[in-house]
Amino acid sequence: MLDVMYFAWVRERIGLPREQVDTEATTVADLVQELSAREQRYALAFADLAALRVAVDQELTGFDAPLAGAREVAFFPPMTGG
Amino acid sequence: MGRVRIQSEPFDPGTELEGFGAGADVGAVVSFTGIVRGAGELARMEIEHYPGMTEAAVGKIVAEAEARWALADCLVIHRFGPMQPGERIMMVATASRHRAEAFAAADFVMDYLKSRAPFWKKEFGADGEAWVAAKDADEEALRRW
Repeated sequence: MLDVMYFAWVRERIGLPREQVDTEATTVADLVQELSAREQRYALAFADLAALRVAVDQELTGFDAPLAGAREVAFFPPMTGG
Repeated sequence: MGRVRIQSEPFDPGTELEGFGAGADVGAVVSFTGIVRGAGELARMEIEHYPGMTEAAVGKIVAEAEARWALADCLVIHRFGPMQPGERIMMVATASRHRAEAFAAADFVMDYLKSRAPFWKKEFGADGEAWVAAKDADEEALRRW
């Protein structure tokens, strides 16, 4: 089981802040593909990966990152702090 | 050493800077305060963040600043939640022996907070609501470090 979290417009587009996903995905890209195939709202949120950032276990990483041993994956737009 | 506070409550820079860096051999204190713009146009701003990752990411930025410059102290306060124009969003303060270190470290921390700390701003105005888009310039600013 993987905790998947969404922030900002990704959260709004998918319609929930977090969910538990039972997945065999081995990379973030696999997970994105799996979720996108599920429902239109995921496909819409993940349509342009260049507009998204991903963190695995709260560390910023890339879409090719492995998910082995990961507990938490978060998807969000580029950050706007400060 | 470095201190990070992520909070919804307002803060007072005057209170925070009172005695900042005291006790060490400090010759310079630099502080930056970020304020919600848009008086008269913006009804409010809301800042969302990623609890847990935010504290870790900002802590890492502060630790990196401390590794690069000889700082006696470094403080970051960043708010989340709803805010009105004119309200303070965040502040950075650095203390060092000479001003160059304090200025550079504060500048560095600000640049990294912009695009490496998991905060997202949403503006609410008369025309509706919109997420603030990240600027390419913010990403480019990181290259100078």
